[in-house]
Amino acid sequence: MSETPILWDETIQPGATWSHVLKRGTALRVVDVEGGANVGAIFYNFECPVERFNMPDTLKAQHIARLTTGFVLYSDMGRILCSVTADTVGWHDPLGGTSNKELVEKKYGVSTYQESRNECHKNGRDSFLIELGKWGLGPRDLVANVNLFSRVSVADDGGMRFVPGNSKAGDSVELRAEMNVLAILNTCQHPLDPNPKYQPKPVQVEIRRVAAPGVDDPCRLSRPENGRGFTLTERYFL
Amino acid sequence: MSTKEVTAVNLVESGLDPVKAVYRKVIPAGDPWIHEIKRGQYFRIVDLHGNQAVDTLFYNAHDYSDRYSAQDTIQRQGNIYLTTGTQLVSTGGAVLLTIVADTCGRHDTLGGACANESNMVRYSIEKRHMHACRSSFLKAVTEWDHGMSKRDITSNINFFMNVPVTPEGKLTFEDGISDPGKYVEMRAEMDVLALISNCPQLNNPCNAYNPTPVEVLIWDAPQS
Repeated sequence: MSETPILWDETIQPGATWSHVLKRGTALRVVDVEGGANVGAIFYNFECPVERFNMPDTLKAQHIARLTTGFVLYSDMGRILCSVTADTVGWHDPLGGTSNKELVEKKYGVSTYQESRNECHKNGRDSFLIELGKWGLGPRDLVANVNLFSRVSVADDGGMRFVPGNSKAGDSVELRAEMNVLAILNTCQHPLDPNPKYQPKPVQVEIRRVAAPGVDDPCRLSRPENGRGFTLTERYFL
Repeated sequence: MSTKEVTAVNLVESGLDPVKAVYRKVIPAGDPWIHEIKRGQYFRIVDLHGNQAVDTLFYNAHDYSDRYSAQDTIQRQGNIYLTTGTQLVSTGGAVLLTIVADTCGRHDTLGGACANESNMVRYSIEKRHMHACRSSFLKAVTEWDHGMSKRDITSNINFFMNVPVTPEGKLTFEDGISDPGKYVEMRAEMDVLALISNCPQLNNPCNAYNPTPVEVLIWDAPQS
């Protein structure tokens, strides 16, 4: 974990949305406050949002179906949006996607604002669209997301299984911004979470300034593909 | 890497006669194809020479912002592989098409489509010039001239491609499990726009290092 001073910390409440342009040279640490959190996240190049997180490119460049320390998140343009520079969890899910209104109503029932005020049921898709809308983006920009703190394992027959208890209270993951990255987050439950109760969890976000990745940066060296990804990202800023 | 073994294959043949198709087109290796398929029509893709990745996107023909979503599709069926019975789900939660026949056994939707830029990352920065699916997609949507752009090039299916995920969270690219003449067939559950890149990739085994033509066929809904 980077130990430079925290410049800004904030709690994202259960079922809430959040967004920020993470500046190149800063890192976002997300802390699972109570354990069992899920953070749906999509990342965009703030300067040109049509360049955005590409789940398949991220998976196939690194031959992975999970995210943890040493791996990076690729845009569709061969550049690295952010790097996972620290992680106490070991597995973050890039496959399961997000919930929508129909799924949340089916699993947890209807709960309107009029009845429940800010405890009313939220879903991932609407949350992404609301937060994207604040930046002038919309349904055409809704692409595959990652789910921080959640684990979905895939059996040999392709079956997907949500693994409960993946993240404990105090676990955290740190994403170093390699570009100026618009991060769109929400704390809605994972769509494959078998918990029958509507029980989203809060997380804490912390922003720090961090050193630029050096020649011996572990994310750069973790795979030859990532070495080229860092080169292409650095060329973007020339 | 000569494995032709897969688990959980679900082979189902179609009773439709190619002679009665209302549309037939051979897509040359490396070319794009864009075409509307009406609700109730049947749409077949034939791997003419075997092991050819067919990168495919679908859109609601009346609202292109509602389009095929790999994550919604695999989440809804709880399985990462596409085969007979799979509903192809849109970002808005609608069922665009249903796979009704499949003689290959399973298809990938996690591997995405190749691009000049992803080839530079995966293989070598000198590979930028090599023809790639996402260039074909951009050319096709530009010529389609309905206001689509790179914003609309999102998640895709790789028909006939084999991209297993291991329980340990590794993703691998294996030799294809398709053979000449194998096909996949879908029924359109709404009016859709289909966008294909017949993949030109030469750097990995997704096309057995030899991109080849595929055929697409469309049948009208059976008269009742």
